[in-house]
Amino acid sequence: MSDAAHADIKKHVRVYITVFAALAVLTVVTVAVAYLHLSFVPALLVALLIASVKGGLVAAYFMHLVSEKRVIFWILIVTVIFFAAMFILFPAAHADQAGGM
Amino acid sequence: MDIPYTVTPRADTGVFNAKLGVWLFLASEVMLFGGLFSAYIFLRLGVDAWPGVLDGTAYARASDILNVPLATLNTMVLIASSVTMVMAWASLMMKRFDRYKLYMGLTILAGLVFLVIKYFEYSAKLGHGLTPSDSNFLAIYFTLTGLHGLHVIGGLIVNGYFWGPGSKMWKTNPAQFTNRIEIAGLYWHFVDLVWIFLFPTIYLI
Repeated sequence: MSDAAHADIKKHVRVYITVFAALAVLTVVTVAVAYLHLSFVPALLVALLIASVKGGLVAAYFMHLVSEKRVIFWILIVTVIFFAAMFILFPAAHADQAGGM
Repeated sequence: MDIPYTVTPRADTGVFNAKLGVWLFLASEVMLFGGLFSAYIFLRLGVDAWPGVLDGTAYARASDILNVPLATLNTMVLIASSVTMVMAWASLMMKRFDRYKLYMGLTILAGLVFLVIKYFEYSAKLGHGLTPSDSNFLAIYFTLTGLHGLHVIGGLIVNGYFWGPGSKMWKTNPAQFTNRIEIAGLYWHFVDLVWIFLFPTIYLI
């Protein structure tokens, strides 16, 4: 491997350590927020927001999505669409039943 | 027969074949966990109290039944294992096979620690007679964490192979071996990612 590529990987390693620190801090924040005893909906939103930031960091840096090829993004876009459809289906069915009774 | 594009990217996709394959597999995994996750939301929408009554006692919070400190520790263990996994790959990129062995070994160790902690967690529940059939809460808790645990075991088998007998490939085809570690890492990070969502939604709210 060339020296330039070697230096590049070394830069990556520094990023990995920073991401690790951020994930650890956000885990502590997640647990700390739980002690505020928020009601269900705000608690869910805060938990999902923090989890999304953490998941985003893992996907972007550990799974190298920041520098990935277009085909991978297309797979992910299709996945997100199907995932969202499935996710909406359940609460929609619930709302439909609740309204019908 | 040689499998094509194990090292060089395919011209039309821009990635080596196995990477495309693993991302497609992960897409199916998103739907698997997503289905159970939406089932969990559905179960919660249908009840007034969660986790609700268990053995005659009414519980207002999941954290009154589940062990949050142990689950927090497990979150840290899994995050740490994700870092060592990516470091294992970075070590191969820097041609440091000795470092690879170290970091992959640490990744496997962290995965085993996660399972041991999970074992204590499960045996505490089962020891108190709390089984999946007792309530919707326990059913979805055991199903989601159990399926995730199976994924950890699967990752350990793959990583164990690449740490042990599979690492011989480093001598014959280092580029392909590095790619194998990259995509084994993609799976391992995904397992970490699932836990990042499971932990707050099941244990904390």
